[in-house]
Amino acid sequence: MGRSARYQYFCMVGIRTLDLRKVYTSAPPFGAGAGGFGAPAQRGKRPKQPKPEIVALDSLSLDVAAGEIFGLLGPNGAGKSTTVGILTTRVRPTGGQAWIGEHDVWKEQVPVKRLIGVVAQRPNLDFSLTAREILVFHGAYFGLDSNERGKRAELLLERFKLTDRADQMVRGFSGGMMQRLSIARAMMHDPQVLFLDEPSAGLDPQTRLLLWEIIREYNKSGKTVLLTTHNMEEADALAHRLAIIDHGRNIALGTPAELKASVPGGYLLRLRFGSSSPELLQTFRSLPGVREVRPVEPAGADVYADRGGSLVPEVASQAAAAGVELRDVHISEPSLENLFLHHTGRSLRE
Amino acid sequence: MNWKTFLAMLARDAHVARRNVMVLALQTFLQPLMFVFIFGRVMVRSGYMPAAYKSLLLPGIMAISMVFTGVWAVAMPLIAEFQFTREIEDRLLAPMEISWVAIEKVLFGTLQALISGLVVIPAAWLILRPGVGLNLRAPLEFAVVTLLVALFAASGGLALGCSVNQTHIGLMFSMVLTPMIFFGCTYYPWSALNSFPILQKIVLINPLVYASEGLRATLVPQFPHLSLLAVLVVLTLFDALMLVVGLRQFRSKAVS
Repeated sequence: MGRSARYQYFCMVGIRTLDLRKVYTSAPPFGAGAGGFGAPAQRGKRPKQPKPEIVALDSLSLDVAAGEIFGLLGPNGAGKSTTVGILTTRVRPTGGQAWIGEHDVWKEQVPVKRLIGVVAQRPNLDFSLTAREILVFHGAYFGLDSNERGKRAELLLERFKLTDRADQMVRGFSGGMMQRLSIARAMMHDPQVLFLDEPSAGLDPQTRLLLWEIIREYNKSGKTVLLTTHNMEEADALAHRLAIIDHGRNIALGTPAELKASVPGGYLLRLRFGSSSPELLQTFRSLPGVREVRPVEPAGADVYADRGGSLVPEVASQAAAAGVELRDVHISEPSLENLFLHHTGRSLRE
Repeated sequence: MNWKTFLAMLARDAHVARRNVMVLALQTFLQPLMFVFIFGRVMVRSGYMPAAYKSLLLPGIMAISMVFTGVWAVAMPLIAEFQFTREIEDRLLAPMEISWVAIEKVLFGTLQALISGLVVIPAAWLILRPGVGLNLRAPLEFAVVTLLVALFAASGGLALGCSVNQTHIGLMFSMVLTPMIFFGCTYYPWSALNSFPILQKIVLINPLVYASEGLRATLVPQFPHLSLLAVLVVLTLFDALMLVVGLRQFRSKAVS
């Protein structure tokens, strides 16, 4: 620990990408899949056809300051895992450049690997080893001496509440335990930059809070953290700044508060009617507090406004007056979900 | 080159191998030693095989054990670790050029193949004695051939392990290793194929032929065998080829 404290003032390390592009011509690896649950490609018989090209990243530029917790928020298949893959040397970019600190990720892989710790979306633990051995060998790969390896492993096992299972093979661990151990392993060599790909997926709420606390604490010692998530709550709670990405592009960037403020009004009313009526939508635009009304196919509207519930009676009476049946109303408070919807017309969960 | 990382990975492999030592030993030695017992002892004593067959058989059995061990030691972990669990990821992320992760596997597989080859000699000798005419006239040549065979096994394991996925492991054994063993001049010398001239030419593409004939040339030179020089040259070429192909496959599998 002493060593890292000495170093941290000299080597705070940021992350930068410029016009990053990635086109997969074979099935993308799990956790870097384009769209949905990237089920492993059917092995075996493969009909002969031109290789499908999947554009995972389309000119993505990011600038993450040293010492920042930066979030990449987006739906499945947005390109989050591919971005992490490229930044951690595991995916070859089709175009563009990426840097960790001063090092070009693709050209100077070894110095980059020294600076980073990586938690993949799925636990990729060494199943031939026990929990403690995983940490100790990981430390050895990074050149820690045996004394320090043992000490750090012990501390991390304790911090992640794994001490009682430390000497068991990880094969029998639950998903949550594997995830905790993966994070402990990534921190084992005290990296300057920590990558967490969907870190709280599959964790129970209690463990999630523990993880958030650990990430904040790690960041306080001057480390940069880049995390991907499709959980707005997590992004909101942890990230200093966020980039919202979709279809491999950066569609919004800022602090969670800034981003939320950028949604007109902040509140979102999603309305569904019995029949479509452009005239009715026009009357909504003149209601006090309404900032923007977007028609939604086949018969609905997204109303962005600076108030929520108090707008509902007015909307309902306008609809009744126009002879249109109001079938469904959903009110969202200011959130990143609204922001995503505002920029893409799609819900994060879709 | 980062030797600390490289040595740590060797230590990891040694640790895992130590944990599985019994399974590894049974897997490696049971089948060849049963073969030695039946063909070298039962068949010889009952008069179906000439006594000289004992000495002829031993180098072939040694070649089989070494190739099987080396391929298994490198290919099987690689196939498992490149599965969607991506267990190998922690080593790919270690501060070392990724090709060295593969080289480490090959080095460790070579060591395992060497150990298995050197254990099979006394074990088979114990089963077969008396009447095994081992004739180690040129220990240096023997060492070089053994080393080349072990390296071939391990780098072949790398090439196979990075080209075959888990569903095809059975096929790898039945389509690649078994024909290699049967057409590899392991249970008979190459000269025994004199009366099958076409087959005799075809089997020359099988690297195991050079392994068994090379070991025969250095362990039991009293029997007919391929020229040692040819064996050394061809084995070196096969080693280089397997290593180049294996490393290329490894890199393309490691990075998406």
